[in-house]
Amino acid sequence: MNLPKWADVVLIPLINLLLALFVSGLVVLLIGEDPVNAMKIMVNGAVGSTYGWGYTLFYATNFIFTGLAVAVAFHARLFNIGGEGQAQLGSLGVALVCLALPWPHWTLALPAAMVGGALFGAAWAAIPAYLQARRGSHIVITTIMFNFIASALLVYLLVGALKAPGMAPESARFPEGTFLPNARDVFAMVGIPFARSPLNISFLVGLIGCFLVWLLLWRSRLGYEIRAYGHSEPAAKYAGIAPFRIIMITMLISGGLSGLMAINAVMGEQQRLLQDNVLGAGFVGIAVALMGRSHPVGVLLAAILFGALYQGGAELEFETSVPREMVLVIQALVILFTGALDNMVRGPVTTAFLRYGRRRPRAEPAE
Amino acid sequence: MSADAGTPAIELKGISKAFGPVQANKDISIRVMPGTIHGIIGENGAGKSTLMSILYGFYKADAGEILIGGRPTPIPDSQAAIAAGIGMVFQHFKLVENFSVLENVVLGAESGARLTPSLSKARKLLTDLAKEYELNVDPDALIQDLGVGMQQRVEILKALYRQADILILDEPTGVLTPAEADHLFRILEGLKAQGKTIILITHKLREIMEITDTVSVMRRGEMTATVKTAETSPEELAELMVGRKVLLRVDKTPAQPGKTVLEVENLRVTDDKGVERLKSVSLSVRAGEILGIAGVAGNGQSELLEVLGGVRPATGTVRMNGTPLDLEGARSDARTRREQGIAHVPEDRHREGLILDFHAWENVGFGYHHDPKYNRGWLMDNDALRRDTEAKIARFDVRPANCWLTAKNFSGGNQQKIVIARELERNPDLLLVGQPTRGVDIGAIEFIHQQIVALRDAGKAVLLVSVELDEIMSLSDRIAVMFDGKIMGERLPSETNERELGLLMAGITDTDRAHSAEEVEANLAKSVGRRVQ
Repeated sequence: MNLPKWADVVLIPLINLLLALFVSGLVVLLIGEDPVNAMKIMVNGAVGSTYGWGYTLFYATNFIFTGLAVAVAFHARLFNIGGEGQAQLGSLGVALVCLALPWPHWTLALPAAMVGGALFGAAWAAIPAYLQARRGSHIVITTIMFNFIASALLVYLLVGALKAPGMAPESARFPEGTFLPNARDVFAMVGIPFARSPLNISFLVGLIGCFLVWLLLWRSRLGYEIRAYGHSEPAAKYAGIAPFRIIMITMLISGGLSGLMAINAVMGEQQRLLQDNVLGAGFVGIAVALMGRSHPVGVLLAAILFGALYQGGAELEFETSVPREMVLVIQALVILFTGALDNMVRGPVTTAFLRYGRRRPRAEPAE
Repeated sequence: MSADAGTPAIELKGISKAFGPVQANKDISIRVMPGTIHGIIGENGAGKSTLMSILYGFYKADAGEILIGGRPTPIPDSQAAIAAGIGMVFQHFKLVENFSVLENVVLGAESGARLTPSLSKARKLLTDLAKEYELNVDPDALIQDLGVGMQQRVEILKALYRQADILILDEPTGVLTPAEADHLFRILEGLKAQGKTIILITHKLREIMEITDTVSVMRRGEMTATVKTAETSPEELAELMVGRKVLLRVDKTPAQPGKTVLEVENLRVTDDKGVERLKSVSLSVRAGEILGIAGVAGNGQSELLEVLGGVRPATGTVRMNGTPLDLEGARSDARTRREQGIAHVPEDRHREGLILDFHAWENVGFGYHHDPKYNRGWLMDNDALRRDTEAKIARFDVRPANCWLTAKNFSGGNQQKIVIARELERNPDLLLVGQPTRGVDIGAIEFIHQQIVALRDAGKAVLLVSVELDEIMSLSDRIAVMFDGKIMGERLPSETNERELGLLMAGITDTDRAHSAEEVEANLAKSVGRRVQ
């Protein structure tokens, strides 16, 4: 039976989220804190001020890119767990571009850095993709392993070739011409006060990315082939769609999107290459894509939600004795309920719809 | 309703079952007398399988009562069904491939923790049954080494071992050759003579007429009639099933074959497991004729279609209008084949022909999505595709006429109409069509056959693969029979009969001689494909 679309894309994720928050509340209660108060602090911290919004949307930008990356791969039924590593390689690409020239202005640096980040991310995804398409090595396994390789590669470069003078394993600071316009500066131009935060122009790039991914998946011939392949490989072969080509192209796009995350995190905030610049966003992207039903709009909303969880969680840690790990527990619960336990909610909701929904009988043949 | 005196072996009273808004069974009542064979016939989706699932405890009826031997017997699960003496032989066998026959028979009905007593009991039973009912099966053979007909016998033995008095068979002849089907019917006659009650579910009118005593017809979840088989005719049953008069024969004029369109020489296919599926196949199809490929499923017909459709690589020579086709290289894909004028209605529309989660209009572009008329540069012209879909839906009478419905929500017949519309409207030089009416209701069968004949009459070549011998006999202008990856022979429909084709399908070429059932079976077991399946 089919659920109405709104129930599928809005109602079920919402119920999942409420369940996750409810269980989180119980856990907060268990460690002796007031769950209602904790919730207030989290919500307030995430969206209660321009400062909160700035951080929420900054994190959300990271998750938009990694979420889109996972979503695109999902449509070809490829489970790209390697967003983390691809984003790390993307950060390397962005850093190399930013450090290569004394960039005069960000409008020149940004497109070049995007190309660098996307190329490096895509290249990192290309190897597991090739192994999957030609050798049948499972992409889940290979992409996970490539995360570790990426991390090790970055450490190697940051203590070696790219290391700036000083103690820390980090690159030199990027030239000022690569600094991206900050939300505070942009809002100030139109006279709106906005607190200092790392939110930058990359958020808009993310929004454009959402639109382009939608265009790719549902309006382009390539997207049609990707989705057809994802639904059925035998059918794709029957229609003359080559699995090898689809796996390669899809993973290149997916890796490229992951790599683009670095324009926000590295170019937009850190302004130098750090050893751990992705901070788990590659993995959060999986949850974002799951919760967003692999649709760009869903990914956008889920990314903002997870951004809020990150930012609200940080505030919670700051203001109460709820430890940092508690925030991870809440995030894990959201992932658990939206991803893994989806069917737990879906079943009863579907039954409820069948029972109380449309009562008018339809003359439809049954099996 | 049957007015026979006596207690029915099984009686259903007012059974109803709904799945959401879909009423699968509506107030169904039947009485099946002991020692009879009762047929249940109906189109796909008429509710036959739902009814049997209720009887076997898979579903719980919303309303109604089941009486066994006159006593009300609730059947909450299959354990209860077995306890009530009901045995079920499913369309898809439920056997453990790498267990022996004996182990399968005993599985789930062992008498204790030690297996040996059950096994010897089963061995004795098997020996007895083999004498009584022609149910001879080697008790120690592994299932994976047995042919389909034998495997079905193991299923029947499983039911008898559990002391079933009522045997339900769901589409039992779907995978059998005519000879095997005859053998099955002899077994059923024997069981009937021993007082067993048999319920036979099928969509084949011929079988109903041949073997049943009474027949119930289902349509749209309702039992429309129960009649004595001797007092009815196939035409009447078909009308009861569909609700209107149906033409059971294909109406066609003699073929006017023109130049040769497709030439196949020495075609060989080896699958991933290294098994040779096509062993030097040669054939040709001319413009304006339908070449039918008969054969039991798994004897290489699927591979032949796949090779010609560009889905599977092969070696050998295939010429299309005189031009050799690339069989292994970069231009051996399905897209190139379409450009070369080959349209392909695949055997399995769910697996290949359609993307079930796509809208109808997306499916109409499937395989032809590179066509300039569906595209505007980099993007697809979805409006053009939808307009084309609406036109096709109207011309092929697809119901419901809604191009936004996802493919899985159409009935089997309408799904097939979408595929046929997509492929036939390309006006191909060669149409490859596999199992065109599998799982399709009688009304749509008539329509689909007419469309295929119309394409032939327009001077196109058609290669038809079907496991339904009736369909091959009535549609083809020429028949080639495949067995074990080889063509066993070619016949003209006017000069052959089901018996001869049946023997060829079992790989026996000296068809003039009389052949015993054992000989046919032994030969069938040689076919690699049937076992690997």
